Amino acid sequence: MPATATQTQLPVGTWKLDPTHSSASFAVKHMVVATFRGRFENLDATLTVGDDGAAQLVGTVDAGSIAVKDENLQAHLSAPDFFDTERYPQLRFSSSSIRRDGEELVLDGELTIKDHTHAVEARGTITDPHETLGGAVKIGVTLETVIDRTRFGLEWNAPLPKGGFALADDVSLTVELELARADAAE
Amino acid sequence: MRVLAIAGSLRAGSHNGRLLRAAAALLPPDAELVQFDGLKAIPPFDEDDEGAPGGAVDRWRAELEQADALLFATPEYNHSLPGTLKNAIDWASRPSTAAALRNKPAAVIGASTGMFGAVWAQAELRRSLAAAGARVIDRELPVPNADEAFAADGSLAEHEHALALGDILAELLAEARIRSAPTLATAA
Repeated sequence: MPATATQTQLPVGTWKLDPTHSSASFAVKHMVVATFRGRFENLDATLTVGDDGAAQLVGTVDAGSIAVKDENLQAHLSAPDFFDTERYPQLRFSSSSIRRDGEELVLDGELTIKDHTHAVEARGTITDPHETLGGAVKIGVTLETVIDRTRFGLEWNAPLPKGGFALADDVSLTVELELARADAAE
Repeated sequence: MRVLAIAGSLRAGSHNGRLLRAAAALLPPDAELVQFDGLKAIPPFDEDDEGAPGGAVDRWRAELEQADALLFATPEYNHSLPGTLKNAIDWASRPSTAAALRNKPAAVIGASTGMFGAVWAQAELRRSLAAAGARVIDRELPVPNADEAFAADGSLAEHEHALALGDILAELLAEARIRSAPTLATAA
């Protein structure tokens, strides 16, 4: 018998996002040398864990809430060249399986961007329920995955004069979620 | 459907003007092509003038706003698009978050008297339009040897050119119809 058992159970209940204290961001190699980061201001997520352990995480991000430091770049990222927010207002994720090993999480699911849906694996961490202010019980979930943006209809690029391209194809997506047990939050 | 047509060449006998008239004849009955004739009057872009750019720019932006789709026909000057045309796009790309070109379906075609049919100018024009936020059709129509490209009735002499132009117009109008559908119109 091992001296300590590794936690593999997810906390039972319906866990809803605290949007103020959560974030969704992306990072992509820019001009070959550096990492450019941006974020989406509006997101939603719900983690549902049944008594039998069946669990699902679903989440959405408002594409139009993309936020970067330059308004011209922000406009370009919203345009048909990139997220085309007029036609595709949301990015969506839905998990098909969630596995926990201690603090570590591995999710399989489907990510949809610009009507392109592909399977992704996201890895991250989970913290167990903790009673916070006003009796609210919360958990924390962080997840990260790397996608090839060109598979999701985000194909813009520009060659650099000395070789290489302005943007890499691989983009890292990160969410940091503060989730409250629905009973306590409502 | 109102298709605003912009010829990048200013001269009266422009081959690209003829190309736009050939396009007009290929449009379905529910679409009309309106040629923009104010390109020459648009002053050089100057950020200091953005507060009151003047009537020519106001008219250009208003024409873009009223259009359901845009059809550009560009010649090629020094392997690129004419400065007058680029200047007009620069005006219409500002302010970036509310630009007149933003999300506007746009197609680019072109004619030249040389053997390449303004193909590089078309590529650069598409890139500029996309950077300005337009919904650019990813197709080109290079019409080379423009002196001989048109029949007496103004249509394209080469059947393949006419077919390709018809396909581009169909794609352009399809994009415009998606935009004018009620769900998007109310969400925009």
